Amino acid sequence: MSNSERPNQLFRNLNAKIASIPMILTALVVFVGGTAWTVLYSFTNSKLLPRLNFVGLDQYHRLWSTSRWLVSIENLLIYGAISLVFSLVIGFLLAALLDQKIRFEDTFRTIFLYPFALSFIVTGLVWQWLLNPDFGVQRVVRDLGWTSFSFDPLYDSSIVIYGISIAALWQGTGLIMCLMLAGLRGIDEDIWKAARVDGIPAWKTYLFIIIPMMRPVFITTLVIIAAGIVKVYDLVVAQTSGGPGIASEVPAKYVYDYMFFAQNLGQGFAASTMMLLSVVIVIVPWAYLEFGGKKHG
Amino acid sequence: MADVASLSPGAEALRRGAAGPSGPKPRHVLSRRNIFLYGTLIVVALYYLLPLYVMIVTSLKGMPEIRLGNIFSPPMEITFEPWVKAWATACTGLNCDGLSRGFWNSVRITVPSVLLSIAIASVNGYALANWRFKGADTFFIILIVGAFIPYQVMIYPIVIILREIGIYGSLTGLVIVHSIFGMPILTLLFRNYFTSMPEELFRAARVDGAGFWGIYLRIMLPMSLPIFVVAIILQVTGIWNDFLFGVVYTRPDTYPMTVQLNNIVNSVQGVKEYNVNMAATILTGLVPLIVYFVSGKLFVRGIAAGAVKG
Repeated sequence: MSNSERPNQLFRNLNAKIASIPMILTALVVFVGGTAWTVLYSFTNSKLLPRLNFVGLDQYHRLWSTSRWLVSIENLLIYGAISLVFSLVIGFLLAALLDQKIRFEDTFRTIFLYPFALSFIVTGLVWQWLLNPDFGVQRVVRDLGWTSFSFDPLYDSSIVIYGISIAALWQGTGLIMCLMLAGLRGIDEDIWKAARVDGIPAWKTYLFIIIPMMRPVFITTLVIIAAGIVKVYDLVVAQTSGGPGIASEVPAKYVYDYMFFAQNLGQGFAASTMMLLSVVIVIVPWAYLEFGGKKHG
Repeated sequence: MADVASLSPGAEALRRGAAGPSGPKPRHVLSRRNIFLYGTLIVVALYYLLPLYVMIVTSLKGMPEIRLGNIFSPPMEITFEPWVKAWATACTGLNCDGLSRGFWNSVRITVPSVLLSIAIASVNGYALANWRFKGADTFFIILIVGAFIPYQVMIYPIVIILREIGIYGSLTGLVIVHSIFGMPILTLLFRNYFTSMPEELFRAARVDGAGFWGIYLRIMLPMSLPIFVVAIILQVTGIWNDFLFGVVYTRPDTYPMTVQLNNIVNSVQGVKEYNVNMAATILTGLVPLIVYFVSGKLFVRGIAAGAVKG
């Protein structure tokens, strides 16, 4: 930019190049090299140590016929759908409520956002305690007199993933609210005035004017949520360790367990490659829409 | 805005209720809206605060009281014993020196990681903003795209690299890993900030003969302290809360606090001491919580900068 007209740019920028070595190494060795390495080794039968003994798609065949992987994928889909829908809806509603020029806005925002400062481990352990059937919410309601009340998500394999989603929503909706609030604040006051003059009810203004105007905010939020969904790991480890049985397993945990416990590296690589693939499926269309036409620098 | 919606039922009531009071309409319609608004916000706020409250209350009770009472009731007899035990004597495996070890490990991980990652990323961002060389943007794009790759894809190759260098399992290795994975978002943060600074500043310094490092240290660094604070907040909470890298790249005696906490609470041996577990959980969450409450708006700015532009 500033010195693009200079003739001997190569030498003038030597310091910048030296300073960028960590970035170049990270980009090339870790991100490109590491990813290529894992994808390559996912086609081998590596067990305890990585070996270049190609077996084609064997690892993937085995992966997709392992019930634990199938459960993981199913859980990820349910967890993903819940996270996506509820964090968008709750995040937007909270932001809309906070945007009504209310008093104590900062206090409310601080309260809604504080769980985001906590780690997934802390979140998982707190909710493990709250949902504990013998001491937690279930016991409290039963003590109130409703003795047949049953709310036991963490020990019921058919609904355990919902128990995890509750904790995830508690932790993450504050962030979405903040992003949405920033989006709402970016909307011109005149739009509201015009809608009020025309007598359009507030909910209609939100639904048909404001939300379509906030499209970019929604798209970035969507990408952030989606990227977080695929990575979900610590929360499950803390809250249920994948149990009961394998009912709350997720792909990231599958990868970790096969790489570092089961000593079946090939399976771990194949599973992580599938995770990469799912991200690519989400990110590429977005990147195409976002940066397709224009060239960004 | 919402006045429009809440006005109509009021007008309806006026039309129907002929015996209604005459004169100008009092502004109680607005208060009904407020009741709904603040009522909803307060209920939601209570829901968000509930886990924190339960954590604190549980950690102050003795075990007999926990078995008898309900988790929401305040402690009848306040005891700080669980806190002492969580900090100093709780067991993970064979070690019984409590969370204090994990705490100090986390400090020894977080401080150098924050400094190193910010040093690298700020120089990167500065080079990308003011000293662009051929190909720089390509590396930058790879870096940003790389931020979306699941960590699971890259953890094993990094294990091999660290093992080859001979620092696998050490805190140095983990510090390097944190610097690598903090790089995309921080570089973006600094690049955008430096790009927005007036170009004349940079030009004037160039005319005065200042070089790459001179301009960085004497002009860019002092002028961009706010963004450094944002980066520090982002990194301290992020690295302190990390679990995956801690569990992959360290050994039991160098485990960060989050890993040790999980091992204490989810250990299958012995009697479950819920009060100690909750005290340990609060202790682990305390550092990011303090950062959050002290930094206030800057925290929001940090995550917004980190998230929106990603």
